[in-house]
Amino acid sequence: MNIIKFLESFTTEGMINSMQAKGSRRDSFNQFQNMGKVAAMAAVPFGLSAFLAPTKANAATFMGPQETPTEALQLALTLEYLEDEFYAMALDSGIIPAADQAIIAQIAKHENAHVSLLANALGADAPAKPTFDFTAGGNFDPFNDYPTLLALAQAFEDTGVRAYKGQAGNLISNGDLLTTALQIHSVEAMHASQIRRLRGQKGWIVGSDRGGLPAAAQAVYDGEELAVQAGFNTSTVPNIPAAAGPESFDEPITGPTAVSIASLFIV
Amino acid sequence: MKKVQVEEVKSLHSRRNFLRISGITLAGAGLVMAGCSSDDDNNGGTKDDQKPGVRNGVFDLGGGDLGVLTYAYALEQLEADFYTRVVNSNTFGSTFNSEEQAVLTDLYRHEVIHREFFKAAISGVITSQDQLLPALEFDYGSLSFSSRAQVLATAKTLEDTGVAAYNGAGRYITTPDYLVLAGKIVSVEARHAAAIRSLINPGSADFAGDDVVDPTTGLGQALKPSQIITAVSALDVIQTKFTAQFLP
Repeated sequence: MNIIKFLESFTTEGMINSMQAKGSRRDSFNQFQNMGKVAAMAAVPFGLSAFLAPTKANAATFMGPQETPTEALQLALTLEYLEDEFYAMALDSGIIPAADQAIIAQIAKHENAHVSLLANALGADAPAKPTFDFTAGGNFDPFNDYPTLLALAQAFEDTGVRAYKGQAGNLISNGDLLTTALQIHSVEAMHASQIRRLRGQKGWIVGSDRGGLPAAAQAVYDGEELAVQAGFNTSTVPNIPAAAGPESFDEPITGPTAVSIASLFIV
Repeated sequence: MKKVQVEEVKSLHSRRNFLRISGITLAGAGLVMAGCSSDDDNNGGTKDDQKPGVRNGVFDLGGGDLGVLTYAYALEQLEADFYTRVVNSNTFGSTFNSEEQAVLTDLYRHEVIHREFFKAAISGVITSQDQLLPALEFDYGSLSFSSRAQVLATAKTLEDTGVAAYNGAGRYITTPDYLVLAGKIVSVEARHAAAIRSLINPGSADFAGDDVVDPTTGLGQALKPSQIITAVSALDVIQTKFTAQFLP
């Protein structure tokens, strides 16, 4: 899939026209520097380097729901395509220990169901399934190395939880779609918990700790350290360690951030 | 008032069974479902005549966003109280292995934080203190906190219920910030549910079993407040009466 085309659904028409008119990406980047937040959001997915060497700004600066319900579901379907193919290949790899087989199979079943559900819901608006490279250009070997397989699974699940959460606001006008998205969101969180526990991690995210994942995965966790929720400082609860605060709230990511993470695995 | 029956809790192999049971045992509940409204149009900010507060001698959770927040506060009070008792039981260290103790201690901390968060959030928007749901009283009847199986089964019920409650309540929230906050909490509840389920039956599909995730659609459960309150009241744990006249 052409990630730039996919990205276009997250930008205003004017921005797209501007990008196309400017020709090269470098020109576009130069122009974007003076064009404010929307332009900055648009720039993120072009720079895979931004994912490989993330900065705090990438995760924290791009606030605010921007997408329509259809675009929110298109993002969701793309992430589900990724997870569905990943777990299908995992089951085919032959490297899953017998003790974990039922767990991975259950997750695979759910991701496959999510793809069908979202593809049917979107109909003609469903994006094409991208071509995935789970080695991320030869950097990972998940289907020959089980710890790597679990590490990527954790990154995908925790990203999925954050991405669905980030789209909730975009679905607030449609109760049925919102409920469906929430019902997927909670299942992704159950997957995340289980995969994390298989890796010897807590089922919940500790601060912005990436839990032994490669540094390239830090973008998945940036922002999770938030301790103040709607003005309430979670570290002030008597007799509760401050570290429990960020654990007890999962943080959203925007569509562009989710795309920038997923794009590492999209050819 | 009939107290919660341990046998009943232990028999809750799935929350669906639990809900089916609850449907016919509502009469013994600690809550009063006085005219629970099914008015789905009650989506605006909380109307003046739907503020939380005492009506006819019983606290009503109220309607609109404030009603949903108060509903969540009630559920978090229940979870926080349960885990507080679990970790403070003098048999905690001998009943659970180190992994289980770590999980239950984290859940205790998270749920207390959730409870205190809602108390603070609600306190920040209500116009008088009597709109704040008081601290509820709980009684677990003959549930044994030194029984690993009983505690984990109850934890599973509470976490599954929490996930279904938040999933079902999201559509009744009209303020985007509140919706995101609920989303921040529900995924942590879902992480809890999976962890408790895997402690009960490790190495199986139960962490996200077909009893809570539809195997055809891959969707988790979502239940209306009235359905959740009916189910929770069947546990007969909450001893403080309240009503939910303005929640769907």
